[in-house]
Amino acid sequence: MIEATSLTKRYGDKLAVDQLSFGVRAGVVTGFLGPNGAGKSTTMRMIMGLDAPSSGGVTVNGRHYHDLPWPLHEVGALLEAKAIHPGRSARAHLQMLAEVNQIGRARVDEVLEIVGLTSVAGQRAGKFSLGMGQRLGIAAALLGDPEVLLFDEPVNGLDPDGIRWVRNLLRGLASEGRTVFVSSHLMSEMALTADEVIIIGQGRLIAQLPTGELLAQSSQRFVRVRSPGLAVLQARLDHEGALTAVEEDGSLSVRGLDEVAIGELAATIPVVLHELAPQSASLEEAYMELTEDSVEFHGGETSMTMSTGERA
Amino acid sequence: MSTPAVNPVGTSMKILPTGHYGISGLLRSEWTKLRTVRSTMWTLGITVVIGIGISALATAETRSHWATMSPGDRLSFDPTSTSLTALLFCQLAIGVLGVLVMSAEYGTGTIRATFSAAPRRPLVLAAKGAVFGAVALVVSEVVAFVSFLVGQALLSAPAAHASLSTPGALRAVVGTGLYLAVIGLFALGLATVIRHTAGAISAFVGILLVVPIIVQALPNSIQEGIRRFLPLRIGVEMMSVNSGGGLHSFAPWTGLFVLCAYTAVLLAIGGVLLVSRDA
Repeated sequence: MIEATSLTKRYGDKLAVDQLSFGVRAGVVTGFLGPNGAGKSTTMRMIMGLDAPSSGGVTVNGRHYHDLPWPLHEVGALLEAKAIHPGRSARAHLQMLAEVNQIGRARVDEVLEIVGLTSVAGQRAGKFSLGMGQRLGIAAALLGDPEVLLFDEPVNGLDPDGIRWVRNLLRGLASEGRTVFVSSHLMSEMALTADEVIIIGQGRLIAQLPTGELLAQSSQRFVRVRSPGLAVLQARLDHEGALTAVEEDGSLSVRGLDEVAIGELAATIPVVLHELAPQSASLEEAYMELTEDSVEFHGGETSMTMSTGERA
Repeated sequence: MSTPAVNPVGTSMKILPTGHYGISGLLRSEWTKLRTVRSTMWTLGITVVIGIGISALATAETRSHWATMSPGDRLSFDPTSTSLTALLFCQLAIGVLGVLVMSAEYGTGTIRATFSAAPRRPLVLAAKGAVFGAVALVVSEVVAFVSFLVGQALLSAPAAHASLSTPGALRAVVGTGLYLAVIGLFALGLATVIRHTAGAISAFVGILLVVPIIVQALPNSIQEGIRRFLPLRIGVEMMSVNSGGGLHSFAPWTGLFVLCAYTAVLLAIGGVLLVSRDA
């Protein structure tokens, strides 16, 4: 359980995280989405007590990180890939963390086994690939068998096999009742992994909702129409109150009327239709729409007004 | 790779160890850190080789020229300090290790893992200081004693030579080892404040070797007032048997106390900055 309340981080006059409030609950994978530079890593560092909030606060299991008696037994985190001394072996890296929190050697070997690094555990970490570094970071996060887990961009640098492995790992950890908080700038990745998403842009909360609802709520539903009599059809649709826009590929996108209404309208003109295809936005598009708005500081109607503007 | 086998854990069923993390775990962790990187072996190895090796060269050289030395030179010859001077080079190696103990954590990013495991940062600094300080002290004392004994063995009669029972000799040998360990902690303090390896090493070398050159360029009246405060001066006084807290120097133990005070202030500032700055 992670709870952020008006969490704010200011660097000079730049607000990296701005009045962020959210809750991450146990038992599900919660995705933390936002474009690069949106404040995801800063937020995660504040959860871990590494960066001090300028105002507001964040607790883990009801306590500030600083007050946890055995931090690694309660919270595990992968914050950055390859944050390892290149001259130290993977086992020594885990060993030095384990010793602080009274974690036995057996557990060190166990997490090495879980992440598949047993065979290279004695090698200097400087020789590790980015993917191996990620695995070692994940091993460090799992070390104390914690209830709360944070992963900052865990699939970066992994091959497809590794990505699938991380996905299974995250889902497995959540199914055991743990709190799993995963950041990513890739919507598609979160669509496959997260049950719930927290979306931020420019340090501000844009939305927190179940992944499925994100798609459903999207205002990006439209109907793509192709027709030799496009101009006539468009004038008529506008007259009926639909929002239309001619796309770069020559098709017409129509919002506000469904494919049945458009088809019937076309028949009354009459106009021949070459395509009449309802489009639902991909999760990626829904996310782009949400974060674009945050970048432009505009309301939800931005794309609509632009479309109608094009038509005029 | 198959689905990972993670120990199942119910949300509130997790049993934590009693009490909370503390200094004993941190001391073990810092010891692990120190012995699992090569830079420790390199810097300490250089300390041993340079300290003992150059001492042997210096004393052997003096022995070979003894017959041609003027009576005045013979009279002012201090066999103890001759066998210890090489340890002035050792302080560079010890200092570099002191810097790396802290700066390497920042350079590699492991500092965030360290502070995640132990969020009370001054406690981490205390553990680092204790472990590094103890290792530096043991190595420095060994080098000081071996350098002295090898040096005196090479300075056989008729050349003047000392033994540990020579007045002031034991103080010089033990004190030189202490001086090296404290100068290492001084470097650790600098690195805690500066956080970057290159910057901290530059500052360390600057304070140790460049500042004395600048001081030497000052008018005598000013120079005499401040020279005694220079760490290098304090070290030289400690190595010498004849030093008796001359007009422009502190007595050996007073000097070491001053150096300890610098180090304590630096470590205290470092501790405060560790807490106030983001990791």
